[in-house]
Formats: sequence, C-alpha cells, structure tokens
Amino acid sequence: MNAVRKRRLFIVLSLVALAGLAIGLMLYALGQNINLFYSPADIAAGKAPVERQIRAGGIVRKGSLARDQHSLKVRFTVTDFKADVPVQYDGILPDLFREGQGIVVVGRLNGQGVIEAGQVLAKHDENYMPKEVADVLKKEGMSPADYRQAEASGELSYEGASDPSAPSR
Amino acid sequence: MVTDVLPELGFYALILALGMAVLQTVVPLWGAWQRRPLWMAFAQPMAWGQCTFLVLSLACLATGFYVNDFSVDYIAANSNSALPWYYRLSAVWGSHEGSMLLWSLLLSFWGLAVSLFSRRLPRDLLARVLGIMGAIGSGFLLFILVTSNPFTRTLPVVPAEGADLNPLLQDPGLIVHPPMLYMGYVGFSVAFAFAMAALLGGRLDAAWTRWARPWTTVAWSFLTLGIALGSWWAYYELGWGGWWFWDPVENASLMPWLVGTALMHSLAATEKRGTFKSWTVLLAIFSFSLSLLGTFLVRSGVLTSVHSFANDPDRGVFILVLLGLTVGLALLVFALRAPQVKSRITFGWLSRDTFLLINNIVLLVMAVTVLLGTLYPLLLSSLGLGKISVGPPYFNALFVPLATLLCIAMGLGPLSRWKQMSRRTLVKRSAFSALAALVLSVALPLWLDRHWTPLVSLGLLLALWVALASLREVAGSLLRFGLRGPRKLSRSHYGMVLGHLGLAVTITGITLVSSYHVSDNVRLNVGQQVMVGGYRFTMTSLGDREGPNYTATRATLQVTRNNRLINIMHPEKRFYHARRQALTETALDAGLFRDVYVAMGEQLDNGDWALRIQIKPFVRWIWLGGVIMALGGGLAVWDRRYRRQLRKEQL
Repeated sequence: MNAVRKRRLFIVLSLVALAGLAIGLMLYALGQNINLFYSPADIAAGKAPVERQIRAGGIVRKGSLARDQHSLKVRFTVTDFKADVPVQYDGILPDLFREGQGIVVVGRLNGQGVIEAGQVLAKHDENYMPKEVADVLKKEGMSPADYRQAEASGELSYEGASDPSAPSR
Repeated sequence: MVTDVLPELGFYALILALGMAVLQTVVPLWGAWQRRPLWMAFAQPMAWGQCTFLVLSLACLATGFYVNDFSVDYIAANSNSALPWYYRLSAVWGSHEGSMLLWSLLLSFWGLAVSLFSRRLPRDLLARVLGIMGAIGSGFLLFILVTSNPFTRTLPVVPAEGADLNPLLQDPGLIVHPPMLYMGYVGFSVAFAFAMAALLGGRLDAAWTRWARPWTTVAWSFLTLGIALGSWWAYYELGWGGWWFWDPVENASLMPWLVGTALMHSLAATEKRGTFKSWTVLLAIFSFSLSLLGTFLVRSGVLTSVHSFANDPDRGVFILVLLGLTVGLALLVFALRAPQVKSRITFGWLSRDTFLLINNIVLLVMAVTVLLGTLYPLLLSSLGLGKISVGPPYFNALFVPLATLLCIAMGLGPLSRWKQMSRRTLVKRSAFSALAALVLSVALPLWLDRHWTPLVSLGLLLALWVALASLREVAGSLLRFGLRGPRKLSRSHYGMVLGHLGLAVTITGITLVSSYHVSDNVRLNVGQQVMVGGYRFTMTSLGDREGPNYTATRATLQVTRNNRLINIMHPEKRFYHARRQALTETALDAGLFRDVYVAMGEQLDNGDWALRIQIKPFVRWIWLGGVIMALGGGLAVWDRRYRRQLRKEQL
C-alpha cells in the first residue's frame, strides 16, 4: 500500500469510528431520556414503571382539584373514564388548565400510586385536546367530541368517588 | 364595493402566479437544455410576474383582514373586529393558509432578487437557477390552491364576528418573527437552486460557489435573526421564562440553521481553495431539504405544539410528497453528476481546511442529533410502538460535548492557514488566546462572587477562546500598523469576526443564565412581600384593566434591592373575550446583565395570587449574540468584491 492509500484508509476508518461513536452515544442518551406515555388505565393495571419519569394524560376530573391553603401545592385526579390516577403538583398551573380539560403531566409515579408531576401541560385553546389524550379516550370508546357533548347535556356518568355536582371553578 | 370581490381577485392572482411559476420552470430549463437563448430569457420576466401576482394576492388577503371581511373563512377564523389594526394585518400569517402564502411570496422575492442581482451570471446558469426556483414555487402554489386556499368563502351565511386571533399571537413578535424565519428558510432555496443548476449544467467548478455564497450568507442571517426573535418571544410570551424548549418546531428551525452554517463555511473552502466540492453540493441539498422537512413537521399535524394549527391529513401527505420529490430528484441528479467531479487539491492535517472539515462534521452531527430526537417519537408513534417524548436532557447531554468540540475548532480555524502550516506556528498563534481564556474563565466567576461550577468555567472558556482567537488578526494589525491597521482587513473578515463573536456572546448568555438563574413560585396578596434572589417584591395593588379585546387583572409590584427602588412592575392576567381564553402577560425589568421576570399564575381560594418570579442573569446575551451573528453575515455580504462585481454589471 502506498502512502496516499494508507492515509486515505486511515481517514476513512477514523471517520467510520467517529460516526459509530457519535451514533452510539446518541442512542444511549436517547434511551436514558425517553418518556413513555401511559393512560390512567395502564397505570391502574400496573403497566407503568415506578420512580421513573413518565408522561400520563387524560381529563381532569370535575371537582377533584384541591389546593393547599399555605403553599402552591395542588392535587387533582386525571381520568380516562376507566381508571383514575391522582396527581400531585407544586407550582403554577398553566393558563388553560381547567377541570374537564384534557391535559398531559410529566412526572414520577410514587409507591402510593400518585404521580408527582414536575410539569403540567395544557396547550392551545380550550377546544384543544392533547393528541395522546384524544387517543386514550378513543381507545376507551369515547371521542373527545362525544365527551364534550355528553358533558354539555349532563349525561356524563362519573365513576368513582368524586361528586359530580361539585362546583366547578 | 371593490372590496367585495377582493378575495376572488386574490384567488385569481394566485392562479396566475402558479401559471407563471410553471412557465418559469419549464421554458427556461428546456431552453437551457436545447441552448435556445430566447427560451432561457423567459425566466426573468416570469419571476417578476410571479412576484407581482403574489404581492397582489397577499395584498387582497391583507385588505380583507383590514376591512373585517368575515365572509372569508380564514379571516373569520383568525380575526375579530375588536382586534387592533396592526394585529389584524399580521394575522395574515397567523395561521396555516396565510403563512403558506407568505412562504410562497418570500420565495418569489428571492427569485426576483436573483434575477435582478445576477445579470452577470452565464445565461444558462441563471435560466437553470430561476427554473429550479420556479419549480419549488409551483409546488407550493399548487399546495396552497389544492389544500389550503386562504380565500375560501363561507357564503351564504356570513358570520357576524370573527373567532379572533389566538391570544398568544397577539404580540409584536408575530409581526416580525415569521417573516424573518421564512426569509431564512426559503433563502436556502437559492443555494439549493445554484447547486442543482451547477450539477445540471455539468460545471461543478468553484464558480457557482462564488455566486451562491452571498445568497447563502443572507439567508443564514435572516434565519439566525428569526430563531433569535422566536426564542425571545417564547421567553416573555409563554410565561415560563424558558428561552429554548427543544420543542419539535424549534428543532425544525434549528436543523436547517446548523446545516446552513456548515454550508456557509464549506462554500468558503470551495470558493477559496476548490476543496470539498461534492460535499458543498450535498450540504446545499440538505439545508434546503431540512427547511422543507421543517415545513412538513409544522404543517402536517404530526406534531402537537404552539405552532401546529388546525390540521388536515391531506396537507401532510402533499408536503411529504413534495419533500420526497425534491430530495429524491436532487440526490438522483447528484448521484448521476457528482462522480465526475474530482478535486485534486490536498491539504495537510494542520490547516484551515481541516478545521473547517471538523466544523462541518460536528455541525452535521448536531443536526442529526436534533433530527433523531425529533423524528424518533414520531416514527415510534406511527408504527404503533408506543407514545414517547424525548426530553431536553437528551439534547443537553449531546449538545454540550458537541459544542465544546465545535468551539475548539472554531477558535483554531481563523488562527490557521489554508493548506498547510507547521505545528509550532499554530501553537505560537493560539497560546495567548488559550491561556487568557483559561485564566479568565476561572477568575471571572470568582470575581463576580458567584459559586463556581465546572460547567460555568467550561462555557466561559469556550466563549472566550472563540472570541479571543477570532479577534487576533484585528489586534495584530492594530499592533503592527497602528490605527490604520484594522482598516486594511476586508469586510468579510470582520463579518467572520462578528459571526464568531456573536456565538461567543450567545454561549456566555446560555452558560450564565443556566447556572445562575433564580426562580421561585410564591403566593402573594396586596400588602405582602417576598424576597427572591436578593430582590424584595411588594404587591402594592391589584386591579382590573380593560384592553381593546380583553379584560385584565393587573398587579402592581414594587421591586427593591437593598432598600433601593429598582422598578414598579405590572404583570397581568388577561382574559380574551372572543376565544374565552386566559393569557399571562409577563412583566419584565430588562437589563444587559439581568432580567427580573414576573408572571401571574392563578388566583387561589383565599384571594392570594400565585406568582412566578425569576431573576435571569445575562439572558439578553443569548439574543444579542444572534443579532451580532446576523450583522456579521450582513457585513460579509457587503464586502468590496461583491460590490465591485455589481459596479461592473452596471457599466
């Protein structure tokens, strides 16, 4: 092999090695930082990992919002009308957070089955439904539009313990 | 009244523009192939015509917005008679249809500019460039006409009032951010068109790069400004105080920027030395393809973000086909033509060429990182393998080491010579900058009396290294020739210096604000006070205020530090009537060295308000750096050799 070829080979090999290293690192970082999405039904069935960052979403159950009197701690329940999951959050809720609204939370599921949220997402206008939440509701046999209609006509039956006549904010 | 038929006129103008764009594509390209001057000469008038009719079309839509013509679907959905006139006008690009129209209009502006400023170009090259730009224009105009016509009427039942513009968009940011960003996005089409024209013509020498270079630099400057503006807007409008969210849409604008930056530098190497010929062509293809991909991501509805408007799957498919055609055809032409190109120019390990190559590779790896993080969740979701999201930690984990590598090469580049240099010279040249940067990066945080972290020193080290290294030549000429020295350097050299300084300023801002920001969520009522980051916030009053189309709850906060009054701040919680939507209007006390940021959260049961208070040191530097970079781009294009070219044309 002459000198030019040797050098070219060296360049090509080092480029391949570098690219491999870069892609390996990327995939590793990706694997460490992926947040999987779970519906309340998934969480109730025990499919969601505990103490690892996840995303969860559904509708904020009417009348479930409870605030601490002295801090910004807040608790509410997210539902997909099949199962409920309680959420704990310390901070300011987004402008579009409302009971009966579709939201997504990012946080960890603790041993008591409560999500300790670090982030609550409610985007766009009040008709907007996060895509994941809309899919979850669809899976449970309910389209977001059905939900809104049922809610408007008062037909919506609430499962679980919360009182449907509780005043909404 | 004339205004009654304006939407139809606008639609008609749009169809004529499409017709002209098709002619602009077919006739000149055919003419260039058959070598018929008359047919090639068709390109320029068609470019002007296309531009004229698009201006007309946009003017029709804007007038419709101005006179509140709610019989037009798009206007009814995005405007309201209570909206101030300047937001009514910028609402033209407040949603999907109008912003696609803006996209096409800006594309035709670039076509017009090319046809005006490139008369010295060989006739067949100009015909091919304009022909390819016409093809892109045809694709997008067809897209507008088929899937997203902004002039659709809602006759016969005309709504009495419009649904209003999304409150988040009722801000001066909307007036400037989208046009700037689109100018950048679309501007890369010029470099793309030049590269394709060079490939088609089989003349892949350095000539096309000389012509394509200023266009790329201008487009890059616009994109830089657009991204900086977007980041600044998100910072004060979203009420979170973040300046970058790694949101897919932000990523969509960052990817073309990264590859465009690589392209700009690779063009320099090709023009000056004739190296990286095929590589430069590939980068030109990629940067425009990523612009298209960004458009697809934002418009197709595969993402949920602030930017994705009401969506229709047909649109996504259409843009995907457009994207596939562009990338596929471009790569096909490249594969057929590029192997003929051989560059016999070699360079040593220690040379500016090598450092530019490293810079290119790192920038490309960064772009791939972003691409992977953005597309991976979409891919999994579309395959039904689960719904995931990739968080900021992924991007941060990869961007810090990559940026470190990039900055090291960025400092060495301007210090080194083209082709070959000895190690000793390079060490001698870089010793001062490296040493000074090292000392200052440790000393500065201690001197500023802040707690020291390795990340702060790393960030400052990189910023100082880049800044000092790129200033070396200017300082050297000052030492050698006195005050006359710096004037001997070319404008494009100062363009480079400013570009690099700008990045250094941005890195400084990012480093300091990420390490030293203070943020607290508090409860506050009238008469109460709270300390955050050494500042005392006292709520002195709380009242209501009527805006043009909203009602606001407005708090008054007195901010003091060491018993000295800093500012009286007025954060607001607005309620927009038409959309029945609440919006946080942040109060800012902006400064070069720190921002005080107050956003109202919500009213709690006992009447207290939840407030988000943040102290953000050096946050302005992030955007200031962007502005400096864009100025650098402008200066580089203003270089004498381009003007000399222009003067010769006029003779």
